Amino acid sequence: MADPYLIGDAMTGGYGGADILHDCTISVERGEIAVIVGPNGAGKSTAMKAVFGMLQLRKGMVRLDGTDITGLSPQARVRAGMGFVPQTGNIFPGMTVEENLEMGAFIRDDDISDTREQVFDLFPILRDKRAQAAGELSGGQRQQVAVGRALMTKPKVLMLDEPTAGVSPIVMDELFDRIIEVARTGIPILMVEQNARQALEIADKGFVMVQGRNRYTDTGKALLADPEVRKSFLGG
Amino acid sequence: MSVNWRNIGLFAAMGLVLVMVAAFQSWQLALTILNMSLISAIMALGVNMQWGYAGLFNVGIMGFTAVGGLAAVLIAMPPVNEAWAAGGLGAILGLMLGVATILAAVVVYKRMTPGRLRGMVIFAVIVVGWLVARFFFAPATQAIQAVNPASEGYLGGLGLPVILAWPVGAVFAAGAAWLVGKVSLGLRSDYLAIATLGISEIIIAILKHERWLARGVNNVTGIPRPVTRPVDLQPQPWVQDLAGRLGWSVSETASILSALGYSVLFVIVLAILIWLAEKALNSPWGRMMRAIRDNETAARAMGKDVTRRHLNIFVLGSAVCGLAGAMMVSLDGQLTPGSYEPLRFTFLIWVMVIVGGSGNNWGAVLGAFVIWFLWVQVEPAGRWLMEMVTSGMEPGSDLRRHLLDSASHMRLLTMGVALLLVLRFSPRGLIPEK
Amino acid sequence: MDPVSALVTLTNFVLIPGFAYGSQLALGALGITLIYSILRFSHFAHGDVMAFGTMVVIFTTWGFQAIGITGGGVIPTALLAIPVGIAVMIVYLLVADRLVYRFFRQVKAKPLTFVMASLGVMFVTNGLTRLFIGTSERRFEDGERFIFSVRDFREWTGLAEGLALRSSQAITIVTALLVMAALFWFLTRTKSGKSMRAYSDNEDLALLSGINPERVVTMTWMIVAGLVVIAGTLYGLDKGFRPINYFQLLLPMFAAAIVGGLGSPIGAIVGGFVVAFSEMGITYAWRRFFTHLMPEDMAPDSMLQLLPVDYKFAVTFAILVIVLIFRPTGIFRGKSI
Ligand SMILES: Nc1ncnc2c1ncn2[C@@H]1O[C@H](COP(=O)(O)OP(=O)(O)OP(=O)(O)O)[C@@H](O)[C@H]1O
Ligand SMILES: [Mg+2]
Repeated sequence: MADPYLIGDAMTGGYGGADILHDCTISVERGEIAVIVGPNGAGKSTAMKAVFGMLQLRKGMVRLDGTDITGLSPQARVRAGMGFVPQTGNIFPGMTVEENLEMGAFIRDDDISDTREQVFDLFPILRDKRAQAAGELSGGQRQQVAVGRALMTKPKVLMLDEPTAGVSPIVMDELFDRIIEVARTGIPILMVEQNARQALEIADKGFVMVQGRNRYTDTGKALLADPEVRKSFLGG
Repeated sequence: MSVNWRNIGLFAAMGLVLVMVAAFQSWQLALTILNMSLISAIMALGVNMQWGYAGLFNVGIMGFTAVGGLAAVLIAMPPVNEAWAAGGLGAILGLMLGVATILAAVVVYKRMTPGRLRGMVIFAVIVVGWLVARFFFAPATQAIQAVNPASEGYLGGLGLPVILAWPVGAVFAAGAAWLVGKVSLGLRSDYLAIATLGISEIIIAILKHERWLARGVNNVTGIPRPVTRPVDLQPQPWVQDLAGRLGWSVSETASILSALGYSVLFVIVLAILIWLAEKALNSPWGRMMRAIRDNETAARAMGKDVTRRHLNIFVLGSAVCGLAGAMMVSLDGQLTPGSYEPLRFTFLIWVMVIVGGSGNNWGAVLGAFVIWFLWVQVEPAGRWLMEMVTSGMEPGSDLRRHLLDSASHMRLLTMGVALLLVLRFSPRGLIPEK
Repeated sequence: MDPVSALVTLTNFVLIPGFAYGSQLALGALGITLIYSILRFSHFAHGDVMAFGTMVVIFTTWGFQAIGITGGGVIPTALLAIPVGIAVMIVYLLVADRLVYRFFRQVKAKPLTFVMASLGVMFVTNGLTRLFIGTSERRFEDGERFIFSVRDFREWTGLAEGLALRSSQAITIVTALLVMAALFWFLTRTKSGKSMRAYSDNEDLALLSGINPERVVTMTWMIVAGLVVIAGTLYGLDKGFRPINYFQLLLPMFAAAIVGGLGSPIGAIVGGFVVAFSEMGITYAWRRFFTHLMPEDMAPDSMLQLLPVDYKFAVTFAILVIVLIFRPTGIFRGKSI
């Protein structure tokens, strides 16, 4: 079997104290959406950070398109084509929407106006609010800024940590639609979601994490169909 | 306990150095260094309470020391009756009106509903109150300052024993600290630093310019001393006898004896303070303070009133600085506000605490000895060095003169470098916290 | 009643000096605020670094004068020496950063450790300044002393009250405005400037966007070098150079930065003027001003001075206290608490 496009393979590690991740594997294939679900504190965000090189792994490795990137710094991973929207602090609140996007594209030296237009097409509200400070936007709008910022590097793979946190159901559906749209353009998406049912519906692959370990790993549909998973993680 | 031996060794080494100063330079110099080291040690203890126990950053040590010194004047100097008659009442009335104005403004602030009207009323209260207070205050102080200005021109003190000034100095400093702490604690940690810097500049400004209070930059001299002065010792037969037996001159013997008297007093105070500080540090209260310092958020979450605890310890530490300030003035026998420089009083004490080992009382004391010794000795050493360097130059050359003059500035450099080196390579200091 | 004379008096004794002093404070406070928002600590060495930079400018000025480069008797030679001063200060501050602060950044030390380290730098810088130039006052102003003097003004207008504009004041105000405009242009229009703001806004996300923190820090020190040398030179031209005065600027500069909102550049500027005008207004003797405004026989007989000049620190401190009590985040809501 060919390697997935991005894989955190058998990762073990934590924030310096006790290990939080134990032999945990998450991955996403080309052109697919992979979703990580699990209870609060399961280590989902930690796993994402580990894949992005924001914490030291004691064991395991991270590979991007077959190359080992375990030793790269987060900045170097950005340059290698990875985009990441963290769960918290994912915008520059004091800067305008437009500046947020511009900072997203910091590492690019070419003309970014096309990409910016694409982001504005994807999230039209941002076009209207382009001159407003991002910190003054609503929660849903902020999440759009956050995703937009990550898209500005034209990443080859996008990692989203709870992009729909604190967002009303209607906006959430819309955000999911947008995420699918992004995935259609050929960018693999690895995301953590609290709204497990909806997320698994659009997921090609799902990972259920509990206490830093993989509990179930299967296609999104299979997980939705699995009575065990339904009972423990999807509320029946 | 091996650690203890190490510490005793450090102190012994420091003692040995002082003995060597006595042997090779002079006993007087050694005792002068010792006495100032003891006072510095007390200040360092106070700062260590704030910084070491609680992580509070006080940049106003100079001011707290100075109000302590003011206490020595106000307690020990004889009252100037003529000045009291000339304007004592007016000055007191003016001050009280000033306080009343502030209280009235606070009452208005609390009672009235917020809005533009309230702002205007407060403003009016302050302006009117200010003018009324000055109406009584200004002529009174003028009258006071006109009384025998060459040697008096101030209200004088209470004429009480000077030892009493020490605790009173502590109380003065505590009062000033309470005001600053009330305003700036509970906010970001650097705000306290800036606020203390401000209050200490103001205290110094008041001491320098309010001549009716303590003669300002004209200095108050001849403050009664807690220890018999050398001139009064000299005629004593037993002193002359002792001098004869030691083979020293009578005047030298007398001044050494007098300095020794101070040393004994200071050691007693220092010993009591260390004893108290150590007890406090190891009590449940001390443990709580350190717990707060190490994780403020957690302590808050546990329901501890962190700001209040900080206020307590900030006031306590400042009181200790005030005590030391009063002691220093009674050692010198004079209050010289012009010489209160932040670089010397505030930052030097900081270097002492950091070098000694923040959080450890013994460390603060050792740091005080080491740094004061360096402070005194670096200047002659620098001069000697400069003389070596410039010995080849023409005696009259400008460069040579400049270099020789600049030797006195070497000590600041040395202190800065010492602080930076310790922060970087040995952040826990000479005697680390347990 | 003579409102024109009142206005002229006010302009001469409060407005013009206040604007000049406010500009100097604002430039100083801008440096403090920048360091605070990027390096996240209160830079206590600011006053002494300013003194050191000014000293370099003074030496360069003397050197220029010795080899015959001057401002042509029009502008002060010191203005020509500023670039040299900035270059030296950039090196000085970057060396200080490499030797001192960078280590603490790497070990992620607490903010107060940085403050302590800046105390060490303050000591060393102060020592060096005294070592090189001593502690006495130096005047290094040359060129035309007045744009127009009291006499000129009286001749033009025929008024009894005089008004003078010293060159150093005019240069201070103009230079400060230019520097502030340039700084704002840099921060809001250039990619590097925006990356600094981004770093100040959200350090972690800046990392995730590929912004190199060391580069941001380096740029910050370079800008600070420019600000301190310019502010220090303007202050020295205006009021003479003494190292201790620069140390004492620390309190008003910090007050300005906090009053405006620590971390907010606009706030630093507004704060600088608030502090400057409060100091001037409260320590100015208003008698002359009111004498002009009242009927002759009602002329006030006291000086109408709220506080003697010796207490200008007290004014600064009072403003600081009021802000800390009522609005700790400052006027422009800087990074709070
Ligand atoms: N910066 C950190 N330092 C130390 N421990 C951390 C840190 N961040 C998270 N943890 C710990 O790691 C564990 C997993 O946290 P993580 O944020 O990965 O959970 P999560 O699955 O993302 O939860 P949620 O659904 O609430 O976002 C938790 O026990 C948490 O306390
Ligand atoms: Mg999470």
